[in-house]
Amino acid sequence: MKLSNEEYLRLSQKASPPSPSSRNIPAAFAVGGLLCALGQGVRALYENAGLSGDALAAATAATMVFLGVALTALGLYPRLAKLAGAGTLVPITGFANAVAAPALEFRAEGVVLGTCVKMFTIAGPVLVLGISASVLYGLILYVFGG
Amino acid sequence: MEYVRAFLLGGAICALSQILIDRTRLTPARILSGYVVLGLVLTALGVYQPLVDFGGAGATVPILGFGYSMARGVEQAVAQNGLIGAFTGGLSATAGGIAAAVFFSLLATFFFRPHDPS
Repeated sequence: MKLSNEEYLRLSQKASPPSPSSRNIPAAFAVGGLLCALGQGVRALYENAGLSGDALAAATAATMVFLGVALTALGLYPRLAKLAGAGTLVPITGFANAVAAPALEFRAEGVVLGTCVKMFTIAGPVLVLGISASVLYGLILYVFGG
Repeated sequence: MEYVRAFLLGGAICALSQILIDRTRLTPARILSGYVVLGLVLTALGVYQPLVDFGGAGATVPILGFGYSMARGVEQAVAQNGLIGAFTGGLSATAGGIAAAVFFSLLATFFFRPHDPS
């Protein structure tokens, strides 16, 4: 059977199951919203403990990240992700999952070449582009006086 | 009430992202890195701060908030320390989350095995 590229594309699109948008968009909304409400609660706890400003933001982020790593290590986050898609990817717990999942998965290839290298498979681009954009923004602020 | 606003804004950002993923098949690495840069640009343009004022964690917990923190950090650092602030501000402001992700992930590999992704 000979296929042109366009025919192959059409057939493969027909064969790959369509994402059930009617179900996964509300799921993303609910789970993503709940994770953010949880973050609001964590923030309130630290605020009551006397933190403010940068320390408050950092403590909240670190705690949500801890939660994301813990749920990944326990195998619960992937199950939630299957249901909620972007609802689990976009919150910072999804970033934590993106670091922890390959760290665990490639542990068998060694601590350095497995865990330490592979934990940046997804986090690497995030850090490279985020840091570069922040430096560029800083240079613009410096040159043009903010 | 602040919890409701956090839920609604955070949920809306995630639902919009789901639509984007369904329509474009963008990979997680592209979504996450794109959102960090987008959050930074929106903050620089003054668009993101009103969202943070409205939704609190609903705006800061999504990874767009990572870019927001970087932008705010670099603004403060440049105002305080000049040129070197352009290099220190972004990472300083997000160091807590990054260090936590790296440290806890490494720690987890000593106590947990990977789970079958199926």
